[in-house]
Amino acid sequence: MLDKLISINSLRTTQIESVKTENQKTKTYSFTDKQCSKAQPGQFLMLWIPNKDEIPLSVMNTLGNRVFVTVKNVGDATHKLHQMKKGDIVGVRGPFGNHFTPKKGNILLIGGGTGTAPLLFLAKKLAKRAKHLDFIIGAKTRDELLFVDQSNSLYMKQPIITTEDGTYGLKCLATQPLEQLLAKKGAYKLDMVYACGPEPMIRQVLNLAEVHRFPLEASLERLMRCGIGICGSCMIGKYRVCSDGPVFDGKRLREVKDELGIFKLGFNGNRVSV
Amino acid sequence: MKNDELKTWLGSLELKNPTVLASGILGYTPKSLQRVAESGAGGIVTKSIGLKARMGYPNPTVVQANCGIINAMGLPNPGILEFEKEIRHTKKVITIPLIVSVYGYTVEEYAKVVKVATEAGADAVELNVSCPHVKDTGSEIGQNPELLTQVIRRVKEVTAKPIIVKLSPNVTDIVKIAQVAAKAGADVLTAVNTVRAMAIDAETTLPILSNIRGGLSGPAIKPIALRCVYDIYEKVKTPIIGCGGITTWRDAIEFILAGASAIQIGTAIVQEDPTVFRAVNRGAINYIRKKKYGSIKEIVGQAHLH
Repeated sequence: MLDKLISINSLRTTQIESVKTENQKTKTYSFTDKQCSKAQPGQFLMLWIPNKDEIPLSVMNTLGNRVFVTVKNVGDATHKLHQMKKGDIVGVRGPFGNHFTPKKGNILLIGGGTGTAPLLFLAKKLAKRAKHLDFIIGAKTRDELLFVDQSNSLYMKQPIITTEDGTYGLKCLATQPLEQLLAKKGAYKLDMVYACGPEPMIRQVLNLAEVHRFPLEASLERLMRCGIGICGSCMIGKYRVCSDGPVFDGKRLREVKDELGIFKLGFNGNRVSV
Repeated sequence: MKNDELKTWLGSLELKNPTVLASGILGYTPKSLQRVAESGAGGIVTKSIGLKARMGYPNPTVVQANCGIINAMGLPNPGILEFEKEIRHTKKVITIPLIVSVYGYTVEEYAKVVKVATEAGADAVELNVSCPHVKDTGSEIGQNPELLTQVIRRVKEVTAKPIIVKLSPNVTDIVKIAQVAAKAGADVLTAVNTVRAMAIDAETTLPILSNIRGGLSGPAIKPIALRCVYDIYEKVKTPIIGCGGITTWRDAIEFILAGASAIQIGTAIVQEDPTVFRAVNRGAINYIRKKKYGSIKEIVGQAHLH
């Protein structure tokens, strides 16, 4: 068995070093882990919440040997994690999966909800090299918006903020500013669009990519158990989201379009609506 | 790879090559099974399917060991009535034998699931009587000679398709259980399922798997599995599928020399991807030619001749 796999996949325990409240439902945690601190934007780790569960989380940032993850309180496991404090012990394995391919030129990032987290990590790496860097941040409502301030300080351009209920920024879906941008006469050609968020959003970005022919990479999410490509819990089409993904390019997204935003595998391996 | 040198038989079941996807790996959806088939596998075993849907255990369900992986998935599956559609669909997209793995809590449950699976098109069934981490099924049946006999006999009544029995290494004498299975009518034996194991985290003092106990797979168990195949081949005439830590063509050949007519690959997918099937087959063919043997079939059990 490959030494590298054993090293990455072995469970390490580490202490939570910081907890930051991002909004009513979302917190960012940091801890020291040498392997995960080398993660590239788009990669994920499996976080063990002792006595509770183990969940996949995108890496939101790294700093020296520290790694940051952003977690929304959506269920039992994340609820337990939200009660944990600095000094509490968690387990970690990873980093797993592929990552976004860094591109130069005219870049647009589009994040919905907690999908904004890995894109912020990516934006930090791209900011210096990009010609244009547009960042659309969407959420259902103002209280669920993430990283508006942090993305503000990243580069010259202001992020474009959307909320579905109009409590902040534009009242629309995150895909609408992209549609408007593409419809504009003399709009610059997009060299890459990076997307992460709810699957219907990604599906819509893919539709636009097909019409306007821009390169696209999107990070997908599925129920995950092993994280290393053997259990089959996270299949989309013929791909394993944990190890063939989680980042899919336009070509692969088109291959799985009969499932994307439509259904995924549930805990029984049965099909459930997305 | 079209080549008769690799062709092998499990009773009446013909395989174009001896590499078979082990149960529990990928194995839910037609597209994932199709991908394995296109990667060069000679046969496919699905996830273990029961009469009713099962959620499986909460995570952690997998933990890395030094030379293998310990898992306690808890047999997550959609139940045979749901899976029947996947069997029918899979049969349309693959040409290699589709083997459905089946578990049950009672003799009748095994029979019901086997009936639906074979009527939907399964080319054979593999009875999971060796899962080490779910109560009242799996190894609790495979370790009980009377119950095992009843299950096999009853299942033979509902289908004419080959019945494969997957054996547990977690018994005092695997040969005795293999003899019981063969006598009851098993057409093929798979040796072996995972080795009962666990992992504890020193920092939190907690067992890591949510189910505490799981099954060890991967290179760590290869020598154990190899010995099991060798021992069974000595005493039982039923064809054997070797399983346990097979990662390279050399591992596969060793199992065939020990007495396996085919081999299963599971955990190796984690490091090699499904392309592992093609790599093993290519290596096996080179070996056969280099050693000037006629075919794989010819060297089954060769290690016993010395």
